Amino acid sequence: MEYYLSLAVKAIFVENMALAFFLGMCSFLAVSKKVETAIGLGAAVTFVLTITVPLNSFIYNIALREGALEWLGEKYAGIDLSFLSFLVFIGTIAASVQVVEMTLDRYAPALYAALGVFLPLIAVNCAILGASLLLVERGYGVAEGTVFGFGAGIGFALAIIALAAIRERMRYSNVPAGLRGLGITFIITGLMAIGFMLFAGIQL
Amino acid sequence: MSSKMNQVLLDPLFNNNPIALQVLGICSALAVTTKLETSLVMSVAVIAVIALSNLSVSLIRNMIPGSIRIIVQLTIIASLVIITDQILKAFLFEISKQLSIFVGLIITNCIVMGRAEAFAMQNPPWLSFLDGIGNGVGYAIILILVGFFRELLGAGKLMGQVVLPLVTEGGWYHPNGLMTLAPGAFFLIGIFIWLLRTWKPEQVTED
Repeated sequence: MEYYLSLAVKAIFVENMALAFFLGMCSFLAVSKKVETAIGLGAAVTFVLTITVPLNSFIYNIALREGALEWLGEKYAGIDLSFLSFLVFIGTIAASVQVVEMTLDRYAPALYAALGVFLPLIAVNCAILGASLLLVERGYGVAEGTVFGFGAGIGFALAIIALAAIRERMRYSNVPAGLRGLGITFIITGLMAIGFMLFAGIQL
Repeated sequence: MSSKMNQVLLDPLFNNNPIALQVLGICSALAVTTKLETSLVMSVAVIAVIALSNLSVSLIRNMIPGSIRIIVQLTIIASLVIITDQILKAFLFEISKQLSIFVGLIITNCIVMGRAEAFAMQNPPWLSFLDGIGNGVGYAIILILVGFFRELLGAGKLMGQVVLPLVTEGGWYHPNGLMTLAPGAFFLIGIFIWLLRTWKPEQVTED
């Protein structure tokens, strides 16, 4: 239990998806103008990460890893399909996003309306694919994958909501003309990244 | 070279830069730029993938049904990225280890997807190929600039060669550790955008 807790804390703070790994930056910068939309995107990312990361971990361990096809019989034991993982992962992600979208539309229309256009866009958010690839690189299993995916999602949500709140306040300040918009957002993100670096010293 | 081709090839360099103006493909721009060498390899990989994916999408653009075009594009891009990844692993194994997951993340690099969707779906193959090269180079310029400054200021080296001798090795330069960490990359890109928009004021956005 303790191990999973520390894994989650690590994924949320120490290895924050957006601020330490630069993943999901495109939507991080584009959708952080208002706190309300940032909360929507954060929730959607967390939701999809928690589903797709363990799913990809399962598929990788049962079909793609070197020797993973052993359960089919002796002669399949030497097959290594790991070069296909990019294609399979992106397929899984696109498909799960579609399923999540249809399920929400049918059973939770309020949530579906709140997430709106962000849900389909998540298929091409690099935080989702990045988390799956990190999982393979570190050899996490399905249970670790679930915790890691959830933590990574919460971390991303935390960062994007904080940035959106800062950007809302920025309206009252006088920024040099060339720096307005994207430029100052990068600088703020850099300052936030310094803040999150403080967590890096924590030993878990 | 007609003027149209020139425009397609050269516009993305400064006038419509994918990173600085279109806000596309930022993740990898930040993560792989701690060293000049990795930035160069990543740039070449991305240019190759964008150009070829634009070419392939454009070749079959009249045969792709509108409703499944995203899936078709993603499959083409993912296949190209797998090939790139295998080539890197075969010939540049050390660098491919350093780039780790970011080669795979070219798939979700929005520049590739964005150009396929916005340009290659409407234009003939040759023009799309040039557009891919142009956007790839526009991306590479920022990547290489950031990589250059991060390695120079952060480690006093360029391509692994000592340029500014460090204090720890008997030289005079105190390395700026911030540059090798995440925030340094954010600050550098922010400053580049500032300079670019001061040079070309029409790119300034109100916000």
